[in-house]
Amino acid sequence: MKNSIVIVGATSGIGSALARVFASRGVGLILAGRDEAALQSLSQDLLVRYESQSCVERFDALAFDRHEAFFEACVKRAEGELAGVILCHGAMTDQVEAQEDFEKTRLMIDVNYTSAVSVLNLASNYFEQKRSGWLCAVSSVAGDRGRGSNYIYGSAKAGLNAYLQGLRNRLAKAGVPVLTVKPGFVDTAMTWGLVKADSPVMASPDQVARDIAKAIEKKKDVIYTLWFWRWIMLIIKSIPEMIFKRLSL
Amino acid sequence: MAQGVDATLSGWGQYEQETCSVFRPERRRELVETVQNGDQPNYIARGLGRSYGDSAVNANGGVLLQQRLNRFTGFDPAHGVLECEAGVSLEEIIEAFVRRGYFLPVTPGTKFVTLGGALAADVHGKNHHCDGTIGRFVQSLDLLTAQGEVLTCSPQQNADVFWATIGGMGLTGIILSVRLRLMPIETAYINVDYGKARNLDQALEMFSGDDERYRYSVAWIDCLATNGDLGRSVLMRGNHADVSDLRSESLSRPLVLRPRRKKSMPIHFPNFVLNPYTVQAFNTFYYKRAPQGRRVVDLDSYFYPLDGVTHWNRMYGKRGFVQYQALFGLDNARRGLVEVIEAVSQSRQSSFLAVLKRTGPQGDGMLSFPKEGYTLALDLPNTGQRLTDLLRRLDEIVLKYDGRLYLAKDAAMTADTFAAMYPRLAEFKEVKSRIDPQCRFSSSQARRVGIVDI
Repeated sequence: MKNSIVIVGATSGIGSALARVFASRGVGLILAGRDEAALQSLSQDLLVRYESQSCVERFDALAFDRHEAFFEACVKRAEGELAGVILCHGAMTDQVEAQEDFEKTRLMIDVNYTSAVSVLNLASNYFEQKRSGWLCAVSSVAGDRGRGSNYIYGSAKAGLNAYLQGLRNRLAKAGVPVLTVKPGFVDTAMTWGLVKADSPVMASPDQVARDIAKAIEKKKDVIYTLWFWRWIMLIIKSIPEMIFKRLSL
Repeated sequence: MAQGVDATLSGWGQYEQETCSVFRPERRRELVETVQNGDQPNYIARGLGRSYGDSAVNANGGVLLQQRLNRFTGFDPAHGVLECEAGVSLEEIIEAFVRRGYFLPVTPGTKFVTLGGALAADVHGKNHHCDGTIGRFVQSLDLLTAQGEVLTCSPQQNADVFWATIGGMGLTGIILSVRLRLMPIETAYINVDYGKARNLDQALEMFSGDDERYRYSVAWIDCLATNGDLGRSVLMRGNHADVSDLRSESLSRPLVLRPRRKKSMPIHFPNFVLNPYTVQAFNTFYYKRAPQGRRVVDLDSYFYPLDGVTHWNRMYGKRGFVQYQALFGLDNARRGLVEVIEAVSQSRQSSFLAVLKRTGPQGDGMLSFPKEGYTLALDLPNTGQRLTDLLRRLDEIVLKYDGRLYLAKDAAMTADTFAAMYPRLAEFKEVKSRIDPQCRFSSSQARRVGIVDI
């Protein structure tokens, strides 16, 4: 029987790449995001490219009071079983601007952490009760250790990481896997101009999407993508705080 | 508005590097805003950067990457017409449509080009003698003009802008979306006849003798062989295979292309690797071991042999290379080709991967390259002044025999040479000055060859 999944933040670089990977495998898609016109054009692209039918659901990360209705709509519109939810929406504004302006700080926390928690609370209750399905959230290597240049964004992602750990612990009993994805640099609009697009540490959204799809299939807990970020972050995490605080990272 | 980043860019030949302000819009809206209000003096669209020279380079100006504007928007199975954004690559079209029984009506030797780039260069393929260039299969296109308007152009609607844009190297505006007629196929395979020609005369004889029997026709030619062997070639000509041509293992899934294992050129070769001796040895080896007779070959291997090696351009080292593609009319072809091959051979500037092909009648694109005759394409490593001297010598030969050079390959010709080769340049300039009076679209190449004034 055909299954469906929800991709929240489907018009982001990683979200669109994930949509293509799953559409090419015949999975039914519910594409969620803020920009309805962009979602429609993604949905049309998947139809022409893979003859894959998908539906579009409007999702505003900051409209917390509408998240419940959003999730119910997703359950209702799923073709076959609703099998999984992927969160890949996010926001990153300049660190210095966020230090100066609390509204920018709050935006990063609310989009990257609060809204993810809000949706995951709903989805986890649904899957726990059904004792099936899976959850996946795209976090960031920035959550592994706070750095002076990016710690507001990083702290929201760190919060998300801890939430996902606890959720994984809780849902293990129900047999519902929870995947934390920690991408390094991905060649999207978010990193354009920050790192050279042809740098060896830069991953294309397609590479990252393939890694994520594989990890979901294998029911992994935490992945770094590309793989070598696990080792880079291991080194960064192991630097003593006394030394770390003096580094400019 | 899309954010610009200063970067050094070159064409696929990595011949000259220029600093450009590079933008990569993710949405059409950002592209339109940049064209209208961007702070650069002028802009050029860039697809996947496979033109060899400076066609998609804009020194001290803006470059607009189209690769993220790659949505498919529609397909009409009744007429086989695909509608998509211009940043879609030919590889993506192949991936989506070969399994549904359609192939590109025209394809160049690589699938790593965008559709927009293919139209801007009005590319030809191995079927030019039968089918003409890709422009013939375009039902219509949407062009973003300098004023930020979207102009729909076709052979019926805004025809002058259409035929200026087909082959117009991105200088009339930015191609946003395209409606392209695909070609129905029964299998993903080509029935190829391989044949050797001992020299140029024999090759030309084979081409003129029975080329009509083949939809696809091309020859690899040894540009270092001299005297009696001058122009020795391996012809590879074929037609789409029917299901009845396939062997059992392909028969069960006739439209499925097996994924190829990709190799990559990890580093630039040191310059000494390619020298006249190693290239001659390679050419002799290639000629001797070339297959003969009929074989069934999959589309990827027949059309895109080099696509199996990512970054193959690094073979020529950090100095880079130019690709020289000349075309001579039927009357002058033999004399022109002999002189070009002799000049290359005498200069001892190694070229392998030289390709000879018969071309059909000229199309309607004002700056389109192909006309009826023969075209020869060769790679020349960048040897500095020696290369410059050779290129000037070759240009003289091409001009003497009323030939022309291909803008998508060119990296060095002068404005006088270009003007002498393209009689419809004035007509193109008239359209350009009408739809882009402020010259918002320009490239390093356009300034060098005098399509736009500095």
